Amino acid sequence: MSLPPTAEAAADDQTYAVVEEEHGLSPRRVGPVVMDIRNITLRFGGVVAIKDISFDIREGEIRAIIGPNGAGKSSMLNVINGFYHPQEGEIWFRGEKRGSMKPHEIAKQGIARTFQNIALFKGMTTLDNIMTGRLTKMRRNMFWQAVWSGPAEAEEIEHREKVEKIIDFLEIQHIRKTPVGRLPYGLQKRVELGRALAAEPQLLLLDEPMAGMNVEEKEDMSRFILDVNEEFGTTIALIEHDMGVVMDISDRVVVLDYGRKIGDGTPDEVRTNQDVIDAYLGVAHD
Amino acid sequence: MFYREAGEFKTSYQADQATFPIAFDRWGYCAVVAVAFLVVPFLINPYWEQAIFLPFLVFAMAALGLNILTGYCGQVSLGTGGFMAVGAYACYKLMTAFVWMPMPLVVILAGLCAAAVGIVFGLPSLRIKGFYLAVATLAAQFFLIWLFNKVGWFYNYSATGQINAPERDFLGILVTGPNTRPWATYLFCLSFVFVFAWVARNLTRGRIGRSWMAIRDMDIAAEIIGVNPLMAKLSAFAVSSFYIGMAGAMYFAIWKGAAEGTEAFSIEISFVVLFMVILGGLGSIFGSLVGAAFLTLLPVLFKNVLAVQLGWPTDIAAHLEVILIGALIIFFLIKEPHGIAALWRIIKEKLRLWPFPH
Repeated sequence: MSLPPTAEAAADDQTYAVVEEEHGLSPRRVGPVVMDIRNITLRFGGVVAIKDISFDIREGEIRAIIGPNGAGKSSMLNVINGFYHPQEGEIWFRGEKRGSMKPHEIAKQGIARTFQNIALFKGMTTLDNIMTGRLTKMRRNMFWQAVWSGPAEAEEIEHREKVEKIIDFLEIQHIRKTPVGRLPYGLQKRVELGRALAAEPQLLLLDEPMAGMNVEEKEDMSRFILDVNEEFGTTIALIEHDMGVVMDISDRVVVLDYGRKIGDGTPDEVRTNQDVIDAYLGVAHD
Repeated sequence: MFYREAGEFKTSYQADQATFPIAFDRWGYCAVVAVAFLVVPFLINPYWEQAIFLPFLVFAMAALGLNILTGYCGQVSLGTGGFMAVGAYACYKLMTAFVWMPMPLVVILAGLCAAAVGIVFGLPSLRIKGFYLAVATLAAQFFLIWLFNKVGWFYNYSATGQINAPERDFLGILVTGPNTRPWATYLFCLSFVFVFAWVARNLTRGRIGRSWMAIRDMDIAAEIIGVNPLMAKLSAFAVSSFYIGMAGAMYFAIWKGAAEGTEAFSIEISFVVLFMVILGGLGSIFGSLVGAAFLTLLPVLFKNVLAVQLGWPTDIAAHLEVILIGALIIFFLIKEPHGIAALWRIIKEKLRLWPFPH
């Protein structure tokens, strides 16, 4: 996690101001396609959860996936991080077609995620939870781990420093040593974001990061998501039901309904799309 | 008043993640270790050796092993007795086949044999969890004991089917056989437990320990953040069986001197070690040691108080002892389901604030 030098950061700030005015795609932040999802179909027995969906995620953008309940959004994230294997279609990540991979191998490729229902490790402290995010980066074998003094301890400290930066970033210093089971909901969500960030992901998947939060917590979380995107340049794909948040923070939105894609584009385009309006408000049958 | 971290400032991550961050704890630990190594060997007699110290040390080793598997990695196992038997029989075969082999190496190699067997019996854990896994590990218990009784090669075709530890010395001091000195066997076992308790602490605080705990707390999330469940579970089975195998080797070669598979490594041992771990505290190194102490020392204490001090008939004392221990286990589990280690932690937190309530 390297922060940009100050001069560059200042330049970024200026460009960013322009972006906020335009509310559209920004040439600064959005790069080439990182993840290309092509014609994915996912079935559970006879139930078709996702039907022939294609969309792409560009480097550095915030990509929202929205849709009514049961539209297949979470299934889509599960396909992206390899928890479900689609029957048809291809996933291209960083220009390479992905073969059959296990979730932990995909994590090592640089895809991290948070969960709709918090999936923290309840018996461990905040610090330990975020340290688990760095497991894929740690190398020392069992012998050095057993000896501890020396290489294993040095490695631990090296990663601890990185994790402490994330703890500072998310402003959770005071709960560093608290078992996460004791934390309130909003903080748990934040720790979970920290755990995903600790992996220094190229693509960060957030499954309803603001579900069940009050307005203040939502504002905090939105701020963190934007900051992650700007400071670390992380590409983010998120599922969210709060339309206000989605329209405000995302660069492009893909809309799913009953496992099909019904809209894709900038927030403004999606907002005026008749299919999307119908899916959310319903269609008169007369 | 005396026990607190006020005035102790950590200036490095190394100091912050130390095992005993509070000076009082650090000194207490050093004192206990010093007494165990420097004072006890001079006071020990054969009764204390056979009835108290060796049982405690052997079961502490086994409890450490089971706690790694069940407490840290969340895989319930009832195969402890079987894995101890693997350690014991491997130890016997090594001692008789390689007469020159130094005893510590024998114990470690016996542990490694048990680790290999543990990996094989850990394979079902990739598919099944919880109680179902416990039943699958029961297979290890019954199959292994049956194997050791059935195949004569394991007990060198001895007429009784028993295995007997031949005399071996280490650095010129007898550690096995009937003519050992109490302090020698005690120090041998103590050194093993001391070193491997420290190793267990190190393994559980770093990368490997975190991947175990991640699997324990939420296996799906663990896999999605990059923990390979196959590696995590099998390494837990391997390390756990390694410890249990060493416990079995010490049980047979150093403590008992002889063993008969069905009797020495019955399912009862598996349960006793599991109780030690639950009672002491799942996921705690200290808890393993306390649990082992609790369940090996309490019966001795009751026996002494009831039969020897109060002069009750031995049969009544023996029955009452079982009832009292059962009652105490229930009491502790109701008062503190997370074991004596958690109780101890609460006491320490209260002590930090004492004499103030908050």
